[in-house]
Amino acid sequence: MSTPKKPTEAKAKPGEGVSRRGFIRDVGLGTGAVGVALSPTAALCAPPALAGPGPVPVTLTVNGKQHKLELEPRVTLLDALRNYLDYTGAKRVCDRGTCGACTVLLDGKAVYACNILAIEAQGKNIQTVEGLALSPEPDPLIRAFVNNDGLQCGFCTPGFVMAAKAFLAENPNPTLDQIKRAFGGNLCRCGSYNGIRRAILEAAKSAQGGGKNA
Amino acid sequence: MPDYSWPAPEKRRVIGRRTNRIDGFVKASGRAKYAYDIKRPGMLYGALVVCPYAHARIRSIDTSAAEKMKGVVAVHVFDGSAPGTEVMWAGYEIAAVVAETEELARDAARAVKVDYEVLPHFVNEADLSKAGARAKPAGEKITGDPDQAFKQADVVSEGVYGCPVICHLTWEAHGQVIEWKGDQIEYWPTTQAVFNIGNELAKALGVPPANVHVMQEHMGIGYGSKFSPDRWGIACAKLAKQTGRPVKLFLPRDVEQQIAGNRPSHYARIRLAAKKDGTIIGWDSQSWSTGGMTGGGAPPIPYVYTNIPNIRINHTAVQVNAAPQRAWRAPNHPQASYLTCCAIDDLAHALGMDPLEVFKKNADYTARPEVYRSQLDKAAELIGWKKLWHPRGDKTPGSIKRGLGIGVATWGGAGHLSNCRCNIHPDGMVEVEIASQDLGTGTRTVIAMVAAETLGLPVGAIRVKIGDNRYPSSGSSGGSTTVGGVSASTLKATMNALEKLFERVAPKLGAKPEELEAVNGQIRVKADPKRAMAWKAACKLLGSEKISEMGQNDPKNPMGLTTGGVGGVQMADVSVDTETGIIRMNRLVVVQDCGLIINPKTAESQCYGAAHLSICAALYEERIMDDITGRMLNPDVEFYKVAGNPDIGEIIVHLDIRPEHDKRGVIGLGEPPVIPGIAAIANAVTNAIGVRVPFVPMTPDKVLAALERRSA
Repeated sequence: MSTPKKPTEAKAKPGEGVSRRGFIRDVGLGTGAVGVALSPTAALCAPPALAGPGPVPVTLTVNGKQHKLELEPRVTLLDALRNYLDYTGAKRVCDRGTCGACTVLLDGKAVYACNILAIEAQGKNIQTVEGLALSPEPDPLIRAFVNNDGLQCGFCTPGFVMAAKAFLAENPNPTLDQIKRAFGGNLCRCGSYNGIRRAILEAAKSAQGGGKNA
Repeated sequence: MPDYSWPAPEKRRVIGRRTNRIDGFVKASGRAKYAYDIKRPGMLYGALVVCPYAHARIRSIDTSAAEKMKGVVAVHVFDGSAPGTEVMWAGYEIAAVVAETEELARDAARAVKVDYEVLPHFVNEADLSKAGARAKPAGEKITGDPDQAFKQADVVSEGVYGCPVICHLTWEAHGQVIEWKGDQIEYWPTTQAVFNIGNELAKALGVPPANVHVMQEHMGIGYGSKFSPDRWGIACAKLAKQTGRPVKLFLPRDVEQQIAGNRPSHYARIRLAAKKDGTIIGWDSQSWSTGGMTGGGAPPIPYVYTNIPNIRINHTAVQVNAAPQRAWRAPNHPQASYLTCCAIDDLAHALGMDPLEVFKKNADYTARPEVYRSQLDKAAELIGWKKLWHPRGDKTPGSIKRGLGIGVATWGGAGHLSNCRCNIHPDGMVEVEIASQDLGTGTRTVIAMVAAETLGLPVGAIRVKIGDNRYPSSGSSGGSTTVGGVSASTLKATMNALEKLFERVAPKLGAKPEELEAVNGQIRVKADPKRAMAWKAACKLLGSEKISEMGQNDPKNPMGLTTGGVGGVQMADVSVDTETGIIRMNRLVVVQDCGLIINPKTAESQCYGAAHLSICAALYEERIMDDITGRMLNPDVEFYKVAGNPDIGEIIVHLDIRPEHDKRGVIGLGEPPVIPGIAAIANAVTNAIGVRVPFVPMTPDKVLAALERRSA
């Protein structure tokens, strides 16, 4: 039993739905290289104008931890996380920006890690599913996916969880219909969509109810 | 010997309860390690060289440039790919390269020079008239007197229907990591056959099976395509041996879709003969299909309605230059259901009858008349058939037309051969060990639930150890046989272990072993529950020795714990936009016959997932082959379409749980619900727009073409 907590207050937050700010931010993300060049912190560790083709130093901040790597500039963020580090929560499925199994957050925004080069992700806060708590208390989203059986083989699940994380940050009080449409960018081959929808709804409610009474 | 039987429904504390899957947290949090996630110290990455032509002869292979490249450690030409080899399909494996990084391996793979003599190919079987010598008639089969039946018929209907080849598209691609330690092989495959795949790899390499250690904690979908080590697994093992380092070799998505399995197509021209009252008296079908160069087997038609008295069947296998078919979740059944149910639906239209009545009227031709009649009624009730069904062609004004349709299914699903070991340790810890696998079906959870039920412990107290071929052997996961097999073997092993524990505890409680029971974390005297001992205290009596007992499910004598044979009915509710040709799923009702359900939560998930796959096959999925180049045009996830969250509408699952079904024991549920949905959706679309879209997937272009033919 959770009463939606002051929906008006939630709605007043910037970034809800399609706002001008949100739109501008989305455009900024689509042109990541420009974003890096403009960011003063990123400029310090920005790659040289002509990088590669051999390995170059790359620094990635994953779940708050800095990792210094030597990577060819063509290495994707996904492959850097999986092959050069050991963050294997993000999965390689389509490897072409279609299925969403590799979804991670870049400065809080859900992105396909297979579609971004690791060098572009420098100076940004990369959040992977491993950054979500599992113990002593699992993250409410993870709990909600388990409670609602929003997974079968589980291969797409970390991608869904991270997409949901970003979605709920912007839409804390979504309807079921909004959830159906918002998650068109993640595919599940097992067909766990029913459970996934309910899981995201439950996670939203549990966040509003204080996080524990899911 | 204990009485191996499922506890009576009213006595069950765990079985039958909606239980969260026990590996849910580790999966949803990204901590679960799949084969694709395995990273070993010093590991090399592999990349494949595959043939780009549908039909060619290899003239020469030059690996010298690749071998000299930076970071390249070894290049291996596949056995069976030597110069002179005639390659019969695009994507055929020629060579593999291993290098220090995946990027360098891919570069080197591109530097392998293969010279081909390109030969003529044939890749599209949908139009049988173009197949020429590639068409191999399988002969005619006749039951009764079909000629006479068609002469005597009041009504004869005719139609052409077809399902194309589709891919398995396993989310975790095919591949493995392999590491040699002396003569021992550490093998991390992604497989449906944890026990058997090690034996197969050993045989291919000529090493003793005991030298191959298979490990697979989790796997990302098989759908019937992941039973064998495959050529790439054997090559990976050879490269790991040659280099003395662990090797990871996974198929890139485009190669995976071309060679790692597909579901055969099925096309048919079907005529049905019936009496005025709707009784079917004759069936006549000419079918054709392909599963690659071997052609395609005959579909099991007439499906479910197998006892139609007069039948003529002709089938033609068509060879195409494409990689071989593999088992695909309920092999041949979804296609056979689609062909049969569409033909019956068209017959109902020709008769001017409600198809629901025709499906019910002819149920005596099925193996389970009462099951199908009651399921048809239940599905009709859930979808609102009476209120929403209308004769073919929605007469509502406007471009959006709504319709309902029916599909039926049957499947086996009895448990496979499975061995289980239950260890009870002196500290109270319980381990259940089976060399089985959890494909996402919830196998691990089912094992824990059965053990918890028997031992009177919470589910969380059971350590389930699967995914390792050093545990007792158990069958591969195919044919919906796993849950039946492992639940029965677990029940027996845990009962056997408990019997041993009772022998130790009985003297302390002043009772005979057979007078004891294990309930709520206690061992107690049945007749006097106050005489009890806590689980941990009871296990302490073991001293320094553990109890270790086996249990086996023998498919030849399942002792009533598992059986096979279920029916199933699905009904679809769709809306079709006649201006754009776009079909929207409103609802899909799944009524599924079942046996004893161990975990309703994961059993329902099986049904949701299966229904989703039917929607994919009915509306989106298709392997598109190019006549000119002979190549697959959509070997990716972008143009090989699958349904997303907004596309599936509402799926309503009704598991037919009832006492008389419970008595049948456990029956697998992986496959039955994947069968009838395509037929249901195809018939619903026909009902909506008044004309049949002959082939699935019913993409907008096909819908518009069908509408155009109607108005022409």
